[in-house]
Amino acid sequence: MKITQISVFLENRKGRLFEVCSLLGSNEINIRALTIAETESFGVLRIVVDKPDIAVKLLHKNGFVANFTDVIAVEVSDKPGGLAAVLQVFADNDVNIEYMYGFVEKFSDQALLVFRFEDTERAGNILAQNEIKIVTQSEIEGL
Amino acid sequence: MIWKQDVECADSAQLKKLQSDRLQKLVAYIYQRCPVYRQKLDAAGISPDNIQSIEQITELPFTTKEDMRDNYPFGLFSTGQSEINEIHVSSGTTGNPTLVGYTKDDLKLWSDVMARSICCAGAEPGDTIQIAYGYGLFTGGLGFHYGALEMGLRIIPTSAGQTARQLKIMQDFKPRLIACTPSYALYMAEEAKEMGIEPTEGSWKIGIFGAEPWSESMRQEIEAAWNMLATDVYGLSEIIGPGVAQECTYKDGLHIFSDVFYPEIINPQNDEVVPEGDDGELVITTLTKQGIPLIRYRTRDIVSMNCEKCRCGRTSPRISKIKGRTDDMIVVRGINVFPSQIEHVLIGIEGTQPHYQIIVDRKAHKLDEVEVLVEVDGRFFSDEIKKLNELQQKIRKDIASVLSISAKVTLVEPKTIERSMGKSKRIVDKRTI
Repeated sequence: MKITQISVFLENRKGRLFEVCSLLGSNEINIRALTIAETESFGVLRIVVDKPDIAVKLLHKNGFVANFTDVIAVEVSDKPGGLAAVLQVFADNDVNIEYMYGFVEKFSDQALLVFRFEDTERAGNILAQNEIKIVTQSEIEGL
Repeated sequence: MIWKQDVECADSAQLKKLQSDRLQKLVAYIYQRCPVYRQKLDAAGISPDNIQSIEQITELPFTTKEDMRDNYPFGLFSTGQSEINEIHVSSGTTGNPTLVGYTKDDLKLWSDVMARSICCAGAEPGDTIQIAYGYGLFTGGLGFHYGALEMGLRIIPTSAGQTARQLKIMQDFKPRLIACTPSYALYMAEEAKEMGIEPTEGSWKIGIFGAEPWSESMRQEIEAAWNMLATDVYGLSEIIGPGVAQECTYKDGLHIFSDVFYPEIINPQNDEVVPEGDDGELVITTLTKQGIPLIRYRTRDIVSMNCEKCRCGRTSPRISKIKGRTDDMIVVRGINVFPSQIEHVLIGIEGTQPHYQIIVDRKAHKLDEVEVLVEVDGRFFSDEIKKLNELQQKIRKDIASVLSISAKVTLVEPKTIERSMGKSKRIVDKRTI
């Protein structure tokens, strides 16, 4: 039910994001979803890729600080109120979201969103109980 | 005016005799009263009876900052706690601070050497002095206070900070003397202009500046900004605080009060005394202190010494401005900072020591700024900004509590801090002083 996100520490320096992306690109790793959180002096790049193990090894080998984070990807109806319906479930069940972001591409007519929860396990269970479709790692890899 | 004409202008034979007598008494005193020193002297095969003359001082063992730290808090005291009247504390290299205790007579000594210093800078009876060194555990404020009191000056104890009030007091009470750190003197000049006060028309005509390194060009800048005479004062809390050495109005070296603080300049590599005029580490023996007298204390300050009589009439030897350090200590806003202290903080936070670098800069507004770069590594990296920010805050808070200075903490990527010989370069001092 969980999928693997890679988090990368980035200094606010020219070309750093480019370096990560070109490193992954030239090694045939496809980025499925991406977001950047930034502060005054640094940022954290969060990505979902098709080959996370290889990607992290590559990043480490090239001097980046990167680690795995468990996240959950959820299918949301791509229509007004689609996201709100899912968020309603979280609100009703006291599930805290640390952050979330959308996918770069789709594999159905649904929108795909990545959620980082305070308690991933619990959030996953609640999603399942409420019959909300969760995207699996193999689905991500086959995207 | 020369405060203590008889000793400050004594001929060398007289002075030598005085120093020899005092050294003899000191060694006997310390041997009898301080077990740590007795052990040191025994280990060096020295019996107090052997020491007759000041020339024999080179036979005595050195005292180091480590000795102060290892015997914290009271190991180096030669008197019981009940005889200690005042205690000051300065930051130490790691863990323990440096503690100094003064007996009533030590405080008299401090008052005396500070009165000599203030006089040496050109003060006259009847003058008013504004003391803008920090009052408290730092020796600067109270040291000047005691000296000015001894001299009978009118004292305005403003302590450090609150610049607008400092300037208002200068305008209202017209003190002729100001005592503070040199960078603060420049900072106040800038602030004065902002407030519409013309610094060259200020009342301060003599400045006594110290507690941090400064250069001739900084002196010129201060003198031009305030239209004053800017003199340098030297001291360290282990010896007494301010009042170890002071420039006279000729500004040609700092007169060290050698009848009480006996100076030697040694080569820190082989511990031998260097020829007069050569650079070396300043080593000081406190000839008359009672609370914590120190024998051959290694100051780690690199200076040269000139023993010629000065145009001002004083015969006391003159040391140069500090030319460097034998360790990696830096002075920031009057506070001694050792990279090891920052290391300590970082180890305390993550259990291991990340690579770090301390950048000190003196920006346009003249005050020193410290930035600590810390390389992020896998052990404390988090995907959550919140946690990284918390880490930054924690490092900043811990540095502030250990060093009493606020530092900006910046997380950087691994391997971005310059390595030299496999070790990262710990300090980058960008200040032009």
